Amino acid sequence: MADHTLDAKGMNCPLPILKARKALKEVPANGTLEILATDPGSVADFEAFCRQTGNELMEHSEDGGTYRFLIKKTG
Amino acid sequence: MSAEEKSMSIIVTKGSLDWAYPPFILATTAAAMGLPVTMFFTFYGLPLLLKDLNLQLTAAGNPAMKMPMMGAHMGLPNILTAIPGIDAACSKMMKNLMNKKGVAPIEDLRELAVEAEVRLIACQMTMDLFEYSLDDMIEGPELGGAATYIEVATQSDINLFI
Repeated sequence: MADHTLDAKGMNCPLPILKARKALKEVPANGTLEILATDPGSVADFEAFCRQTGNELMEHSEDGGTYRFLIKKTG
Repeated sequence: MSAEEKSMSIIVTKGSLDWAYPPFILATTAAAMGLPVTMFFTFYGLPLLLKDLNLQLTAAGNPAMKMPMMGAHMGLPNILTAIPGIDAACSKMMKNLMNKKGVAPIEDLRELAVEAEVRLIACQMTMDLFEYSLDDMIEGPELGGAATYIEVATQSDINLFI
């Protein structure tokens, strides 16, 4: 289980990233944040976001139009 | 890779509904990615700092503006863009479409920019030219001129003019 879950379904660019940044502040160091999104652009964006901020994108998957990301707060 | 040493500045020169999005999207996203961001609001970009926004767009001279409608993409011939009320109608349609697609209102992105401590500079010359005062603006902007911006630009890794 992730430490926090962010439901960003229905949100369009750049809201999933902005909300994720906010949510990460509540996550303890080395804790995890799960994000659910429906924006197909969020796949490339969360990869870039994690590379840039030094956080680890541990998993990402898609199920029926919903994207799930698991980010470890290492940044 | 750390973003700490990277920074960005944007000159914001346009204040229509469509042109308001790129600077606020990029500023908030860069801030979320750890970059210090400065936005310099000048000419028609300056009113984007007003407390009350009622952003409009115009179809005139904008042939690429085609909205999805009844399964097709519909544009508006220039000759029809002179009809009174047409800009208000187009703006309303665009806002409805944005709302339906989960695109944040500019007011929300602006609030997120302030929250993310994006530095907002209102162009003093434009304030004088269009007779605005800081009282007309949201909390947060400082006043500055070309030299203020140039100093920021020399210290920024990314400088955009929108």
